[in-house]
Amino acid sequence: MLKTDVVIVGAGAVGCAIARELSKYHVDVVVVDKRDDVGGDASKSNSGIICSGYDAYPDTLESKLIVAANPMFDKLAAELEFPFIRCGALLPAFTDEQYEKLPSIKETAFKNHVYDIEYLSREQILAIEPELNPEVKGGLLIPRESIIDPFVYVQALAENAYENGVKFLLNTEVLDIKTEDGQIKSVETSAGTIECNRVVNAAALHCDDIAAMVGKADFHVEARRGQIYILDKNTSCKVNHIVFPIPTKVTKGKLMTPTTHGNMLVGPTAEDLDNKEDRSTTAEGLESIYEDVRRMIPNVNVRDSITQYSGLRPNRKPEGLHVDVYEDLPGFVNLSGVRSTGVSVSPAMAKYVVEKMKEMGWEMNLKEDFNPIRKGIPCFREMSNEEREAIIKENPLYGTIVCRCETVTEGEIVAAINRPLGARTVDAVKRRVRAGMGRCQGGFCGPKVLEILARELNVPTGEINKNLNGSYMVVGKNK
Amino acid sequence: MKKEIICTVCPMGCHITVEGEGEQILSVTGYTCKRGLEYASAEFAHPVRILTTTVKTDSEKCPLLAVRSNKPIPKEKQMDCMAVIRGIQAKAPVNRYDVLVENICDTGVDIVATGVLK
Amino acid sequence: MYNINCDVAIVGGGPAGLSAAVAAKKEGAERVLVIERDESIGGILQQCIHPGFGLSYFKEELTGPEYAGRFAEEAEELGVEFLLNSMVLEVNEKEGNVVCVNKEYGMTCINAGSIVLAMGCRERTRANIMTPGARPAGVYTAGAAQRLVNRQNELVGKKVVILGSGDIGMIMARRMTLEGAQVLAVIEIMDFLAGLTRNKVQCLDDFGIPLYLSHTITKIHGYQRVEGISFAQVDERKKPIPGTEQFIECDTLLLSVGLIPENELTRQTGIAISPVTNGPKVNQYMQTSAEKVFACGNVVHVNDLVDNVSTESLKAGKYAAQYAMNKLAATVKTVENVPGENVRYLCPQSLSISEENEKASLYFRVLHPESNVTIIAKSGDKVLAKKKALRVNPGEMEHIDFNTAEVEGDNVTVSVLKEV
Repeated sequence: MLKTDVVIVGAGAVGCAIARELSKYHVDVVVVDKRDDVGGDASKSNSGIICSGYDAYPDTLESKLIVAANPMFDKLAAELEFPFIRCGALLPAFTDEQYEKLPSIKETAFKNHVYDIEYLSREQILAIEPELNPEVKGGLLIPRESIIDPFVYVQALAENAYENGVKFLLNTEVLDIKTEDGQIKSVETSAGTIECNRVVNAAALHCDDIAAMVGKADFHVEARRGQIYILDKNTSCKVNHIVFPIPTKVTKGKLMTPTTHGNMLVGPTAEDLDNKEDRSTTAEGLESIYEDVRRMIPNVNVRDSITQYSGLRPNRKPEGLHVDVYEDLPGFVNLSGVRSTGVSVSPAMAKYVVEKMKEMGWEMNLKEDFNPIRKGIPCFREMSNEEREAIIKENPLYGTIVCRCETVTEGEIVAAINRPLGARTVDAVKRRVRAGMGRCQGGFCGPKVLEILARELNVPTGEINKNLNGSYMVVGKNK
Repeated sequence: MKKEIICTVCPMGCHITVEGEGEQILSVTGYTCKRGLEYASAEFAHPVRILTTTVKTDSEKCPLLAVRSNKPIPKEKQMDCMAVIRGIQAKAPVNRYDVLVENICDTGVDIVATGVLK
Repeated sequence: MYNINCDVAIVGGGPAGLSAAVAAKKEGAERVLVIERDESIGGILQQCIHPGFGLSYFKEELTGPEYAGRFAEEAEELGVEFLLNSMVLEVNEKEGNVVCVNKEYGMTCINAGSIVLAMGCRERTRANIMTPGARPAGVYTAGAAQRLVNRQNELVGKKVVILGSGDIGMIMARRMTLEGAQVLAVIEIMDFLAGLTRNKVQCLDDFGIPLYLSHTITKIHGYQRVEGISFAQVDERKKPIPGTEQFIECDTLLLSVGLIPENELTRQTGIAISPVTNGPKVNQYMQTSAEKVFACGNVVHVNDLVDNVSTESLKAGKYAAQYAMNKLAATVKTVENVPGENVRYLCPQSLSISEENEKASLYFRVLHPESNVTIIAKSGDKVLAKKKALRVNPGEMEHIDFNTAEVEGDNVTVSVLKEV
C-alpha cells in the first residue's frame, strides 16, 4: 500500500503549483488525477491569459491572489522555461456608452492595486492595434495582462515537483476519502488505497464530489463551457495585444489574443451546462464568437481556424474563490470556486495554501536541496542554424522533422516521452512539443507519432491512446 | 432482369439501362457512345474489377507490400481473393510484378507485387 | 553547414518532383537533385495502392506505386540524385539556395541554378469545415487513414462513416471494406459527387455503401473514442434542416473534404500566392514571381489526376533546366490570364510571351457543373481557341491550348459558355 503525508487531488495548474510549493518542504506528496496527463481539464482549455486582476471584485480572496500572482510569473518562467509573454491587454470602447464605462473600470483596477492602467486616444489605440474597428473611440491599456502556454506551464510545475520528490498517479480516480474521529486515514482510488492524513482538494470541476466524501460540500459546482477557435499563424488579421470587450453585467465577453506560439485565439463562450461532461463545440456557439469578436475586429477570419475546442470551467454555487480549512477536520484543505482564473492565481494560491497548512499546525520544514530549475525540451523551431547543427551532431534524432507544420523533430518527441512525467498519449506529445498542433492537425505526423510512442514505450500501437483511457487510436494490426 | 448501370468510361456518367437474363442481353438503352455500350454490356454480364491490396512482409521497416491482380477478376470474387491474400507473407527481395499468388481462386489471374521489397 | 552544388534543386520526390527531375535531366541539366522528406521516393503515391493512374499519360491503368515507380526508375537511369530523409526549411531566392535538415549531414545547404517547388498538398481537416461536436479519437483525414492502413498495417476502426465524397474518401471506403471493416455511409454536403463517378460505382455501389448527397454531419459523439455521428439534410444555404437529423453508431469518422496546396515554404520565400488556388502564381514555364523558383503539381493547384501533375511538372523541370543553363527565352511582354464566365481560376495565371511562338495550355476548373458548353480563349476580340465539351464538372480539370504568337492584348480570357 502506498503511504504519504499529503494527497493532492487534481493535477491542474493549482494542484501542480501546490505540489511544487510543497516540494520545497520535507513533506511526502502524491498527486492523483483521473486524466492521462498532468495539465488538468479547465487549465488546458483556457485562454492562456495571465490576468492582472484589474477587473476582479475588490477585496476578495480571488482579487488578492490574482494581483499577487501576476508579478511572480517572470521569475517562474525563467526557472521553469515555459512560454510567457507580457503583451498587455486593450479594452477598446466603440460606443459612447462603452466609453463612459472606462473611468469605473479604471477605478476598479485602482482598488485592486493595478495602477499601471492607461487611457489611450483613438489614434494611439489604432496605432498599436491597427486591426481594431476604426470606429473605436479610445480605450484602456493594461500592460501587465500577459499570455502563457498553459500546457507547458503546468507540465513544468509538475516536472519540477517530480524532480523534487513529488509522486504522480495519473489515470487514477479518487473514489473515497476515509476519515476516523476527525482525522483523514486514507484516500481510496481506482489504483488502490493511499494511506495519508492530509488531503488537498484541487479537483476543480469535481471539487464538490471530493468535498462531499468528507462531508464538506456546502456548495456545488456546475460546468460553464467555453468554446474557442485557434487561428492559423498565417491568418491575415492578427492582433498584438489581448483585446477584451468592455464587459457587460452578464459576461466578461469574448476576446481575441495572440498565443505564445503566434496563433490567434478567439473566444470563449460562456454556456452553463446541466452536466460536467459535454465538451462539444456547437455551430451556434462558434457563430456567436465570430459575431461578437468581429464587432471589435472586423477582419477576424475564423475560416483560418485550425482547430475549435471547448473547455469546462468550474462555476461554484454560491460564487467565490474559497480556501477552506476545518477545525473538525484539520487534515483537509478544500479549494473551491477556482474558475477561469485558475492558471492566473496558481502561484500565489500555492503559497497561500502552504501558509494555511502551517497555520493549521502541519509540520513544514524547508528542504535545503530544493532545485527550482526545470529545463524545457530544446526547441528546434526556435534555434539558429548553428544551434541546429550542434544539436543534430549530439542527437541525430533532431535531424528528422516529424511534424512539418510546427517543425517538430523526432528528437523532441522522444524527449517528451522519455523525460520525467513523460507523454504517454498522442495529445500529451502534442501539448509538450506541439507535434500535431499546426494547421494539418496531425494529418501527416499523427501516424508517425503513433509509431514513435509505441516504439519508445514498447507497446503495440493498439494500446496507444489519444488521451483518456478508451481513446484508442487504432484497433490493432490489419494482418 | 433490368439493371441500371452508371457508365464509368468518361466523366459524362451516362445512366445506361440493360435488360436481359443471365449473360444474355436483350436490350441496352441510354448510352451515348460505342464505348458506353461495350462497358454496360460487359458490366451486365460479367462485371470485373482490378483488385488491389497489400501483403504482409517479413520486413520490420516495411511491413506491407502493395499488390494487384494482373488482370481484372470477377467482381463477386473480391472477398474470396482477399481471404487468400490475407494468409500469405512476402519475403524479401520482391521486385515489381513478381507473382505472389498464382491463379488466385481459380480465376486464371495472378496477384503480383506493385511495390518493391528490398 | 554541409554544402551541395547542383543545377536544379527539386523540393519534393512525389510525382511532381520526379517528373520535373526527369524533364530537367533530359533538357540537359547536369546535376539534378531531388530533396525528399520521406525515407523513400514516390510521395503520396506510395500509399495510393489502388488503380486508376496513368490512363492518359501511359495509356494503361496503373496503381500508385507502379506509376511512381516508372518515373523513379527513369529518373535513376538518367542520373538524378536523391537526398532522402531531408526536410527543406528555407528557400532563399537571392542566394539561390535551399537549406534542409538531414540526420546524417545535419544542416545542409544546396546551391542551385534554379529551384523547383513540388511539395504537394495537405488535407483539409475537421477544423477547416467546422464540424461541431466532441473531439474523440477515431476522427481521421482519409489520407492519414490511408497511410495507417496501407503502409503501417494498422486497422483504423471497425465501423466507419466517411464525410465527403472526394476520391480519397471513396477509395478508403472500399479499402476499409476489403480489410474487414464495415463502412456505413458516405455523407456529402453538396448535391453532386465530389469525386469521380467511377469511384462511386466501384468503391461504394459494389459494396452496397449508401451515399447521402445534400447531407452533413451535425455532431460527433463520444469523449474517448467516436461513438457515433448525427447527420442531417441541408438546405440550399448548406445549413442543416431541423427535423431531418439521424444517428449512426460508429467508431471511426474519415474526412475527405478537400486538399490545400502546401505552401508554407513558398510564403516564407515571399513568392506571390493566388488567393483562389492557394498556390504560387506561375507563368506557362511554371515559373513563380521569384524568377529562379519554379513550381509544379499540387503545390500550385490541386489536381484530380496524377497524369496532369506529370504533364505540368515536365514543363517545370524543362524550363527550370533552361533557366539554370541561361537558355530560357527572354520575355517580351507579360499577359494576364483572366477567368471568364463559369471559370474559377486559370493556371498558369500569366504568360511570358517571347519572340518564339510556343504552345500554351491553360488549365482550369469550372464553378458549377454544366452540359453542352463551348470553351473559348480570347485575347481582346480575337478568339485564340475554341472547343466544345459535352459535360464539365468542378471536380474535373479542363484545359484549352493556343499559340502564344497569336496573343494580341494584355490579357487572355477563358470562358465556358452554355450553348443555346
